[in-house]
Amino acid sequence: MDGFANAAGKSIVMKMIAEIQANKVYLSDIDGLIGDGDHGMNMNKGFTLCKERLGRNALTFTESLAALGDILFNEIGGSMGPIYGMIFIEMAEYAAKETVITAHVFAGMLDAGFNGLGDIVQARVGDKTLIDTFVPARDAFAEATASGLDFVCALQKFKLSSENGMLSTKDLVSRFGRSSRLGERSRGVLDAGAVSCNLIFQAMADEMINLIK
Amino acid sequence: MQRILNNPDDVVDEMLQGFLKNHADIAMATGNPRVVQARKAAAGKVGVVTGGGSGHKPAFVGYVGRGLVDAAAVGEIFTSPTAKSFFDAFKATDQGGGVACLFGNYSGDNMNVKLAIRMAEKVGLTVKTVVANDDVASSPADQREKRRGGAGEIFMWKIGGAKAAAGGSLDEVIRVAQKAVNHTHSVGVGLSPCTLPAVGHPNFEIKDGTMELGIGHHGEPGVEIVPMETADQMATHMLNLILPDHPFQENDEVAVLLSGLGATPIMELYVLFNEVAKKLNDKGIRIYRSYVGNYFTSLEMMGATLTVMKLDDELKILLDAECESMGLTQFGR
Repeated sequence: MDGFANAAGKSIVMKMIAEIQANKVYLSDIDGLIGDGDHGMNMNKGFTLCKERLGRNALTFTESLAALGDILFNEIGGSMGPIYGMIFIEMAEYAAKETVITAHVFAGMLDAGFNGLGDIVQARVGDKTLIDTFVPARDAFAEATASGLDFVCALQKFKLSSENGMLSTKDLVSRFGRSSRLGERSRGVLDAGAVSCNLIFQAMADEMINLIK
Repeated sequence: MQRILNNPDDVVDEMLQGFLKNHADIAMATGNPRVVQARKAAAGKVGVVTGGGSGHKPAFVGYVGRGLVDAAAVGEIFTSPTAKSFFDAFKATDQGGGVACLFGNYSGDNMNVKLAIRMAEKVGLTVKTVVANDDVASSPADQREKRRGGAGEIFMWKIGGAKAAAGGSLDEVIRVAQKAVNHTHSVGVGLSPCTLPAVGHPNFEIKDGTMELGIGHHGEPGVEIVPMETADQMATHMLNLILPDHPFQENDEVAVLLSGLGATPIMELYVLFNEVAKKLNDKGIRIYRSYVGNYFTSLEMMGATLTVMKLDDELKILLDAECESMGLTQFGR
């Protein structure tokens, strides 16, 4: 079976939560350079709340992801609450009925998450946002799968492109959100949303690889 | 940082509890702890809702009251309220005539209001919006849709709120609130930065001996960092950004709102207002009504924002209408 059981995937969301908690200060510091410095705190608040709610309940990957999305969407606010809320809710909804998460299903989840995001945000690749992490990662995964690579190899490509996408925001000038008003002054600093998106994707892919193996 | 706090993470919730205890005659809690509603709203009126991040007292909950805003959604400090809170505010104020959501142009607020409207549509509730984009320093005039909201939001609430209180329909409320925004231009000047309580250190810098012209309500950089000026020079600089923008002309009648950013002594606001009034008088622009005080702050930033609204007969009547709230109470003229 090239994939993992949806029922076994709660650990993926737990890993994502741990990653955000561990990087709370780092994210706020990055955000403070060109934003208002609250990204790490707000993300940590939502993800920690989710950890408490999930508790010891036996939940599937998609149920856990949907719970995280609901909390971010309904209880966090700001820009990041609805953005990540929408991504996770749409990803979870796409695969809710699947018993096995295959590479094909995960590719569909990424598309669904991105489409949900496109519904509320007008930013594009190059605007110095989390989209600069999301799109290359999604595209690399789809390409790898289409070219016949197995799920684990495709996830490795996904991780690499996510990281590179995140790094690409350093040389960009912000064209979206609060930092866009800085113009040239936003160059030279990573985008906090691109960084948190990469942390989430790395954690997600690492735990998926664990489960597949 | 020496501040009056318990756990910094609880500051918004505890502030709201204190606010409601002190202003129980004007405002009341709702089922959502992040939505505050006016105690009195005339039967059958159009609902007027606003919302935004915390740290701007009196905005936003301070303008909940008779003749102004019927409910406000409250976010974390400098962070948009959730879509759910905006939606709950819509539900709390709708009396069948629909809801006017009057808010400031920030990406988080735009996103959450849009999602809240989607929730409202599902339950058959009509919501229309006006987005304040009065801050002239945030984008050129030909890209007004990109400008952020400033203290001009207060004039939008005052005008829209007065129309709703007078029995105006949803479309009428939206029309006058949009007119108020179109006629309103603001600019800020920052003298010192502010600190989010949970962060504990300022997240931007204003060097000693300098001031930032055109600074935003969350410390967004403005148009220019210049050496510290006298009140006289500051007034000239601020008016030079505002007056050509409309453009304001001789014999215009205007409303002026000069708000402190939190830590500037109110005494100094009057020194600045005196200069602004002299310069407007020199240009033959008549101040019909003015407001000086802490109307829209940014935690403990030092500095001020200047807002000028060009008036016509309709706006004058609505501006003069009675209202009662923590941030603004006035009797009819």
